[in-house]
Amino acid sequence: MTDEMTEEGGTVKRFLYVNRRAPYGSIYALESLEVVLIGAAFEQDVSMVFIDDGVYELKKGQDTKAIDMKNFSPTYRALEMYDVEKLYADKESMDARGLTEDDLVVPVEVLSTEELANLMEEQDVVLSF
Amino acid sequence: MLHTVNKSPFEKNSLDSCLRLAKKGSSILLIEDGVYAAMKGTAVMEKVSAAMQDKKVYALGPDLKARGLDESQVIDGIGVVDYGGFVDLAAASDKVQSWL
Repeated sequence: MTDEMTEEGGTVKRFLYVNRRAPYGSIYALESLEVVLIGAAFEQDVSMVFIDDGVYELKKGQDTKAIDMKNFSPTYRALEMYDVEKLYADKESMDARGLTEDDLVVPVEVLSTEELANLMEEQDVVLSF
Repeated sequence: MLHTVNKSPFEKNSLDSCLRLAKKGSSILLIEDGVYAAMKGTAVMEKVSAAMQDKKVYALGPDLKARGLDESQVIDGIGVVDYGGFVDLAAASDKVQSWL
């Protein structure tokens, strides 16, 4: 099978960014977003998955004024403009936290444990946050 | 005595240790990622509710707001306080244990 090529003739790899941290208690969530945007600029095939407390990154209604931190949740809605369109969330993690798709700032594909395991297996590169 | 918990109950065992060791009559204030434990409908709601039988539980409003957590979805009986309320709780307690 011939690999897909970028405009510059490079190989396109499948990158999966695994997000497992809540947004403001640590820097992981914000750093992941930064790296995802960099990866997208290199015309790679990018997917993001939200597992465990990572699903909280997508919670609607974030308002950080009173804690004096940057609210980066609107950025998830801008990912589409960078051709990052494959967003996934782990059903088990959402259920444990009482969250449904309606609670999230962007549409995601909700995956079962088995589907998520397969998604990870299909990648060329997995980056963990 | 005032206990504060600043870690998510899904990521660390800080809340579990706090609930195990906080004595009857003490106050527990959920802050930062600890506020996720204050919400209805989660897998940890039952143990938080159980702790409220003999302890007072609070959550810090600005941290709920930052995370998009609606005050109306906080477990009934949990007091939502602002930074001034945090100071009042600390001042009213002879000591503070931070479960980090």
